[in-house]
Amino acid sequence: MNIFEIIRFAIRGLIANGLRSALTTLGILIGVGSVIVLTAVGNGSSKAISSSIEKLGTNTITVQRGGGGFGPSARNRQGATKPLTVADTIALVDPVMAPHIKQAAPVANASGVTCTNGAESSSPSTFSGTWPAYFEASNTPVHIGTYFTNDDVTEGRRVAVIGKTTATELFGTDSPISKVVQCGGIPFTVVGVADTKGSNGFQDGDSLLIAPVTAVQRTLTGYQSLSSIIVQAKSAAVQDLAQNEIQAILDPRHLVKSDATRDYRLLNQASLLQTTTDTNQVFTVLLAAVAAISLLVGGIGITNIMLVTVVERTREIGIRKAIGAPRSAILGQFLIEATILSLLGGVLGVIAGFVGSHFTIVGVKPVIVPSSVFLAFGVSVLIGLFFGGYPASRAASLRPIEALRHE
Amino acid sequence: MTAVIDVRNVIKRYGVGDAAIFALNDVSLSIEQGEYVAIMGPSGSGKSTLMNIMGALDNVTAGEYFLDGIDVSSLGENELSIVRGRKIGFIFQSFNLVPRTSALANVELPLAYQGIKLKERRMRALKALDLVGLSDRVNHEPTELSGGQQQRAAVARALVTRPALLLADEPTGALDSKSTEDLLDLFDQINEAGRTVVVITHENDVAARAKRIIRMRDGKIIEDVLNAKKIA
Repeated sequence: MNIFEIIRFAIRGLIANGLRSALTTLGILIGVGSVIVLTAVGNGSSKAISSSIEKLGTNTITVQRGGGGFGPSARNRQGATKPLTVADTIALVDPVMAPHIKQAAPVANASGVTCTNGAESSSPSTFSGTWPAYFEASNTPVHIGTYFTNDDVTEGRRVAVIGKTTATELFGTDSPISKVVQCGGIPFTVVGVADTKGSNGFQDGDSLLIAPVTAVQRTLTGYQSLSSIIVQAKSAAVQDLAQNEIQAILDPRHLVKSDATRDYRLLNQASLLQTTTDTNQVFTVLLAAVAAISLLVGGIGITNIMLVTVVERTREIGIRKAIGAPRSAILGQFLIEATILSLLGGVLGVIAGFVGSHFTIVGVKPVIVPSSVFLAFGVSVLIGLFFGGYPASRAASLRPIEALRHE
Repeated sequence: MTAVIDVRNVIKRYGVGDAAIFALNDVSLSIEQGEYVAIMGPSGSGKSTLMNIMGALDNVTAGEYFLDGIDVSSLGENELSIVRGRKIGFIFQSFNLVPRTSALANVELPLAYQGIKLKERRMRALKALDLVGLSDRVNHEPTELSGGQQQRAAVARALVTRPALLLADEPTGALDSKSTEDLLDLFDQINEAGRTVVVITHENDVAARAKRIIRMRDGKIIEDVLNAKKIA
């Protein structure tokens, strides 16, 4: 009795119970397929967020007011901090002191400003006063119209580049270029519309208004402190050097004596990227766990079906034993039946996973994690062996006389 | 001549204490090679129990049983399956063909469990089916065969391993009179070829075809006679 013979018996047994075999296979198929698709969705959304953060530019560093820590000590120091100023920004653009800094721009954010165009109104989630350098540093190219110029900044002209969402809310389908909007009662002339940025998951990147820092400070925010300074390093590779240079320039200006008393902090996209990636990892693991449970349920389905099969085929097992089938042949047949079911389910599940991952699911383009494919497939085969083992050994240890009596 | 079946003082008891029932109570029986034996008795006489023990399907409570010189009671599960496969050909009242499997595959099955190669297996199976007159039905599944045809396929399956003993349990119980006649003719033919045949039955006309008739009652053999008509 060789192994191929037993496999033939097993396949014949499966074909004889076609519908039941197909349903069991379906259970494993769904388990394996969902492991692959759900991890791909998790992975895909993490990739999407990473790339939208990368769009902001990985070589930009944001200087913000306040210490690096949290808690009461950080808050106490807040009172004694020096504001970030336009002068600080000017100091940072220094080819001698800071050779790795390409450019810097001050950012003065006005919050809660509502802009109107006749009856239409819009509250940009980002309302910033800055320099033209901001557009490149923050990776915000203009789609229609032009940027405002250094001249506009110097003169404090009330001109603005707005985002897609803001443009649509205020002007509908009309071109907003050269139109005037009233923001907090101050008129701004629109000169350009920024490229679509999309959502970063927290806020709409296209609900945006950018104007010269001079105009914003004079009319809306006042001159006390900038919200931040955005600094662009020459490349992502020299970001660390650029960060050191920022500290070398700002520390004397802010009378910082040690790292603990620094009254500003540096944020770079790389660390932001790390944080979101970590968050996403948790999300992916969660999805994978849900999928793994469905795989387990599929496995229990195999046990159930095989048990039913053994009971239903008790008489057949008795006949086989009466005509000389050894224990190993019966054990092998049922074990292989279970393994073929799970193997087939595994293969079809992998195919289903690959097909399913081609579709966009809740706005996420899934990206298959290769290890999830091997893991899901391997686990499904092991499930067949493991969950098929018990019914198979029950079948093999049936006594022929009792099995033959079974109706 | 060696005895194909040698049952010595066999007791088979079900239950214990006061509830104990002796299905076989000190039965001794010897069957030589080439004999054609009918075992008769009413239901509950112990004839089926005796048949299960002779077929190595059940074990004895006490006593010894030698099948073709082998002490069956000392065998383990694996050796028992070999004995069943090679020494005994079973024929059951309800045919007991493997469902959804062609007659040919059914007949090949015991050879497959013995590890015989496909080519030889097929040849021997076709020969056995030819012997029972089913050459034109080899690819039919059990449900596509009549009762008589199913039982003949079962005979082919029992014979294909060239067993020392053909053991039939009420083989005609589910057959009409025509099929019964055909099957009994087949048994005669098999016995004439030198094969030992043991038939368990409660029908007199079935037993009448055997050369030796054993009657049982309450777990004991009460009569063991040669069939005068057949011997003569």
